[in-house]
Amino acid sequence: MLKRFVSIWFKYLLTDREAKRMKSLRELPVAITVPDHGRMLVMTMNIHAENCGIKAGITAADARVMAPGIQLLETKPGRNIKLLKGLAEWCLRYTPLVMVDPPDGLLLDVTGCTHLKGGEIEFLKDMVSRLRVLGYTIRPGMADTIGCAWAVARCAESGLIVPPGGQRNALMPLPPASLRLGVELVIKLRELGFYQVGSFIHMPKSVLKRRFGSNMVLRLYQALGQEAEFLLPLKESVPYSERLTLLEPITTREVIETTVRALIDTLCKRLYGEGLGLRSAVLTYWRIDGKSGQLSIGTNHPSQRTDHIFKLFELQFDQIAPGLGIEVFLLEATKTEPASDKQNLLWNGKPAADGEEVAELLDNVGARVGKDHIHRYLPQEHHWPERAAVNTTDLAQTSENEWPEDKIRPVQLLEPPEPIEAMALTPDYAPRQFVYRNQRHIIVNADGPERISHEWWIEDGGYRDYYVAEDEEGMRYWLFGTPNDIPEQTRRWFIHGYFP
Amino acid sequence: MSATKQELIDKLRQDLLGWEGFRPTAPEERQTFGLGPIENAFPNQAFPTGVLHEFISTRPEFTAAIGGFIAGIMQTLLEKGGVCVWVSYTRRIYPPALKRFGINPDRIIFIDVVREKDVLWVTEEALKCNGIAAVICETRLLTFMESRRLQLAIEQSQVTGFILRKDVKALNTTACTARWTVKPLRSKLRPGMPGVGHPRWQVDLLKVKNGQPGSWTLEWKNNAFLHPQKEQIQQPDAGRRYA
Repeated sequence: MLKRFVSIWFKYLLTDREAKRMKSLRELPVAITVPDHGRMLVMTMNIHAENCGIKAGITAADARVMAPGIQLLETKPGRNIKLLKGLAEWCLRYTPLVMVDPPDGLLLDVTGCTHLKGGEIEFLKDMVSRLRVLGYTIRPGMADTIGCAWAVARCAESGLIVPPGGQRNALMPLPPASLRLGVELVIKLRELGFYQVGSFIHMPKSVLKRRFGSNMVLRLYQALGQEAEFLLPLKESVPYSERLTLLEPITTREVIETTVRALIDTLCKRLYGEGLGLRSAVLTYWRIDGKSGQLSIGTNHPSQRTDHIFKLFELQFDQIAPGLGIEVFLLEATKTEPASDKQNLLWNGKPAADGEEVAELLDNVGARVGKDHIHRYLPQEHHWPERAAVNTTDLAQTSENEWPEDKIRPVQLLEPPEPIEAMALTPDYAPRQFVYRNQRHIIVNADGPERISHEWWIEDGGYRDYYVAEDEEGMRYWLFGTPNDIPEQTRRWFIHGYFP
Repeated sequence: MSATKQELIDKLRQDLLGWEGFRPTAPEERQTFGLGPIENAFPNQAFPTGVLHEFISTRPEFTAAIGGFIAGIMQTLLEKGGVCVWVSYTRRIYPPALKRFGINPDRIIFIDVVREKDVLWVTEEALKCNGIAAVICETRLLTFMESRRLQLAIEQSQVTGFILRKDVKALNTTACTARWTVKPLRSKLRPGMPGVGHPRWQVDLLKVKNGQPGSWTLEWKNNAFLHPQKEQIQQPDAGRRYA
């Protein structure tokens, strides 16, 4: 399939960003400097500085002489990448496949996207004007290959849109630097008198390879489309996503609700058609000032129901800050699973634990109180009381182990066990009485001891001697004593639970 | 003539129950909870499901006893399928112990909320959900308004709700159908035998709509409720007027 790529060159990326922060810099020559071997070198500059004759690589002192009013600013390393990443996310409105192209560009795979704006010319016009509103001056280039789009964006005088198949003609008048070559190679080519790509494009491949190395040949043929080149998207595009670009920015809650509901509805219909259900989704919105925000939800059960998914998002609508208005919504189903094509009517019976209604209830509850507060317990082969049950969040999960029925365990368990003052007349017998929370309990009946040892393969420690004790009032307690056969250690007593 | 009068009054009483939200269960749907004489205390001589039961506990020991009693009732409720939701703010229930009271602990979903005020919100959401057999809510406070909301949610879904009120300082009016307390009693073994016997409780029905409050002694033995023979305390007779 014929591909179309756009390369965007942010020629004044860093200075534009400074001008966005301080409006006074817009009309002044501005240059960004970097320290290099104890002096300051100009890295980039804006158009006013460029008009004064300042070039990248001259010293800051020279720049001051050439343009007396120049503003010299410093930058942090990596700021350009950060800016580009933000811009790349902004560009997701045009295409899902965007790649950061350091140091000052973006690459977009716009195959099949341009007609949405009414053609390639309108597409680029829209992009340029919108980015100008954001404060960035750009040069775009569009071609069948990444290399050609890159070359056209940076070096072409005119003809920023290369017609399909026209890479060779477009590259001919461009300088060799347009092929993304190293500085040394560019200098070498110029010294040899190759001022245009056209002067060596006809040479045989083997000759070029011998003279200039394989990288140069690769770059040339990539630009021509004879070698493959791939774009590594900023983020993996999600197969199930719905995008809505609004004609007018919206601010009110009612309109946002209607819009989001419409998006969910479209996505759910698509999922339903393919027998899938949604497990997690992310809703991203972009405001007209370039800021964006995200809401994410997760479900316990593959769901295709608009009402349910909308309800989950609705709980988070308070977090949306529309500012001056939201212009783009993007809903992505980040995780989908095959859904059983059960009819909605069948839900009315009382289903088992994996029933959809219960799953939906837990989604709602989880969205309000937090998913990690919902527990379900499965039996585990551990005799240590604290480890007898394992926590799970999966509704459908079952265990191969059975719940033990032979062991008598308290209904209420104190976690951790609380120390008590107990008095036992004979060793290995239950205490006669104990004091817990300033209350004295006289024990009349007791069962035990049930000796439970520490599971040494997990944790070290002594055993516990458990007693079921009943006091005069009929209250039943689960008490245990620490080992009493260790010298120089007295037995300590704890209460661990209440029996019904 | 007097016979027809009696029939008329019985008919009116049945109608009144229906208007008050009590739905007579069809004989084939009727579940028996093994509560024996306690069930006679309720209208239609059946433990009411699809209503709100309130349990009052003032000590942690009582809470444990109530936990056992509710689990015993839930065993029957879960026979029809569905899951049980246990909402609480400070939970101490030990899931493996419930097996002894006839429930598989993995059929209970525990929701442990951090804020006390979320307990009733979660309870209401759960009570609205048809796929659930019973909801147990551990809370401290329950105002009349809140209980009314829960009751309205139940009338739609017919889920049975148990409100376990811990550390109650003062009792207030609620819209619950029944108010219970369960206290542990000294267990009884055969004379002369040492050790602790089966769980034994004193079950008090403090309030019941259109029914007869009372007090009973109950034991839990071999996965069923058991009424110890000699200690029948009060048995409401079915013919008495409704309070």
